[in-house]
Amino acid sequence: MIFLKLFFEFFKTGLFSIGGGLATLPFLFKMAEKYGWFTANELTAMIAVAESTPGPIGVNVATYAGFKTAGILGGITATLSLVLPSLIVILIIAGFLDKFRSNKIVDSVFFGLRPAVVGLISVSVMTLFETTFVNKLSTVWYQFIDVKKAVLFAIITFLVFRFKKHPILYIALGAVVGICLSL
Amino acid sequence: MKELLQLFWAFFKIGSLTFGGGYAMLPMLERELADRYKWVTLEEIVDYFAIGQCTPGVIAVNTATFVGHKKRGVIGGIVATLGVIAPSLIIITAIASVLELVMGNAVVQHAFSGISVAVCALMVQSVIKMGKSGIKNIFGIVVALASFCASMFLKVSPIIIVLCAGVCGAVYKAVKGEK
Repeated sequence: MIFLKLFFEFFKTGLFSIGGGLATLPFLFKMAEKYGWFTANELTAMIAVAESTPGPIGVNVATYAGFKTAGILGGITATLSLVLPSLIVILIIAGFLDKFRSNKIVDSVFFGLRPAVVGLISVSVMTLFETTFVNKLSTVWYQFIDVKKAVLFAIITFLVFRFKKHPILYIALGAVVGICLSL
Repeated sequence: MKELLQLFWAFFKIGSLTFGGGYAMLPMLERELADRYKWVTLEEIVDYFAIGQCTPGVIAVNTATFVGHKKRGVIGGIVATLGVIAPSLIIITAIASVLELVMGNAVVQHAFSGISVAVCALMVQSVIKMGKSGIKNIFGIVVALASFCASMFLKVSPIIIVLCAGVCGAVYKAVKGEK
């Protein structure tokens, strides 16, 4: 039953991705690998769409991934499953908000959690790089990096750090250059 | 009932007008929730954000649940949450349907090749930002590296890594606290 599987996977993602939208990525890459619902390449397109449309990125990616997997109902299932754990957790916490915030144990658990999330997202970034820059037809990947894309990456990265404009601008720039150079 | 509709509408607007999620939503939340409806104060919003960062799930959704709960209890929390995710559901489903149709087109494929390069650049920036705020000392660096290696090379599930890192944080602070 695809909807049950979607529910289970996205519930798990919602429950364990801590620290915002991008934290869902490691789980989504695992899902792509495990179920083949969507490819790593498609996930990259999803991230781009999610970054350039309104709404929280995690929710956008979940809707897209669910839609890809099982149509409109799939999108709804994935999104609701993703938010259900946080809905439950927050409704519980809301009752004793101040105690939660000042709790020493909670604080120290998150002291360890935050760096781990950074490590996990870095792995997702590596996967993104691999699907973007590496020529899949080769087995020795480092010999087949797409040079045009690498140059474009260097330029956009420079612009991103230099000007800190809205992501949608860089995404549009990428699209235009991609079409002009037939990347 | 009127208040529930208002909650839904306010969060529907927030969901449909904020790009980028996370901290990008802060100014919008401020304007709508604190200035316009006066449901919560600015300090409360910042508190919700801080808790949203260290509870599971998407921060914007967590904030919506908090504010809804404050106004109208559990039902309010559910209504506000549905309000904030509804625009994404509609917009993304529409875009995804169109993309399905045009994905085979060569121009669209070239565009997405370029877009994925831009996404890589944006992700590098996001990770560096998260690293700066989340990694405070040598312990953080070790945990981040260990998590990276465990996931990258040993293919350990992110769930196990998250749980272990939480335990490590608790143990580290406990040991350090005793000295």
